[in-house]
Amino acid sequence: MTDLLAIGTRKGLWLARSEDDRRTWRVGEPHLLAQEVAAVSIDTRRDRPRVLAGIQYGHWGPSVVRSDDLGATWEETESGAVRFPEDTGAALARVWQLRPDTADRPDVVWAGCEPHSLWRSTDGGCSFSLVRGLWDHPHRPTWEPGAGGGAVHTVLPDPGSDRVTVAMSTGGVYVSEDGASDWAPRNRGISAVFLPEPPEYGQCVHKVAVDAGDPARMYAQNHFGVFRTDDAGGSWTSIAEGLPADFGFPIAASPTTPGTAWVVPLVADMERVPPSGRLRVHRTRDAGASWTESGEGLPDGAWTAVLRDAFCVDEGDPTGVYVGTRDGCVYASTDEGDTFALVADHLPDVLALRAVRLP
Amino acid sequence: MSVQVVLPGVLADLAGGAKHLDVDPAGGTLADLLDAVDARHPTLGRRIRDETGRVRRFVNVYVDGEDVRWQGGLATAVRDGAVVQVLPSVAGG
Repeated sequence: MTDLLAIGTRKGLWLARSEDDRRTWRVGEPHLLAQEVAAVSIDTRRDRPRVLAGIQYGHWGPSVVRSDDLGATWEETESGAVRFPEDTGAALARVWQLRPDTADRPDVVWAGCEPHSLWRSTDGGCSFSLVRGLWDHPHRPTWEPGAGGGAVHTVLPDPGSDRVTVAMSTGGVYVSEDGASDWAPRNRGISAVFLPEPPEYGQCVHKVAVDAGDPARMYAQNHFGVFRTDDAGGSWTSIAEGLPADFGFPIAASPTTPGTAWVVPLVADMERVPPSGRLRVHRTRDAGASWTESGEGLPDGAWTAVLRDAFCVDEGDPTGVYVGTRDGCVYASTDEGDTFALVADHLPDVLALRAVRLP
Repeated sequence: MSVQVVLPGVLADLAGGAKHLDVDPAGGTLADLLDAVDARHPTLGRRIRDETGRVRRFVNVYVDGEDVRWQGGLATAVRDGAVVQVLPSVAGG
């Protein structure tokens, strides 16, 4: 069995492999060197795992590339896998998220992009169609870009229904119950400190994760505030008590253990570094009622940050937890975040991590 | 009509390895020329222009040595025998 960790950075993609149940990792040569890889996924539903990467060719614009041989060769759809239809007058600025759907929808892949847009592929990511229901939503003209740009950065298809949840900066959380045709904002209870009153929409939700035990239970790391919903976004309540800071970018939930999730707190608004420079994760075992700091092996004196997709969990037992930093370090935990070991350092800024287990 | 398009090395792979392309555009503007390039080499075309047809922000295009930004943009006239250079701008980090 091989564990594979994809590391997307500001200047390329690295693939790390472990053959000993994640105890040691071998980091390979760079792929897509000099290209920003802000989104990466490893689609294990196929006969051969497909690596999809949302890249930025620097001067030459964004694109989606794919590899069915773990990076030995890369393919790119000639006309562009993500290409705005002419009538929109829009141009793709950046691919923020690539999300394979569930096993029973084997060729469906979702993409979240900038400008704010959601895309759906039915051919494994070779070509994507703009989800018109969200693009044509009357709220869209008022979704403002955050500092990183205005984008759909989180896509969460529900395995058991036609529900699709997205999160945007800014815009907040929107949910479709009919397979992505009709969309409604679901942000009640989520703060927006940059607006005078809590709005129906327009929040800067940084990341959302779904609980292992209940698809209607989700966790959100907000631009200030950590929240939970138990009714698929109908209402959100704060679960930030006990954290040293309620700002951060990523949030991840255990794929197997209900109630378990992780955040990486940062001091904000201006600093956006770990409290006192101590990079740590905080884990809840009770759906946010309490949090415990962990992360032996993570550095002190770390005046860096962990971006929203530079953090992920795997499907191992125990769950592996992976942290990537803006100063080019990647750490892995095989004990659900209690302890970490360095996988790689001196890489460019880490933008995206994805870990899978290959047979 | 024949126009020579000069590509930087980083884009040549997208044109079969050629750094010089002889192109016969349907009309006499830069837009017509880039449409012809796009038809022959769609991926190369996407590197130069986005899907709205605009030349990408950090791509410089010179027609007979003149930056089209200060000429007519995509409407810049391209004569028979012209040399059109595509260059990356000073950007990056």
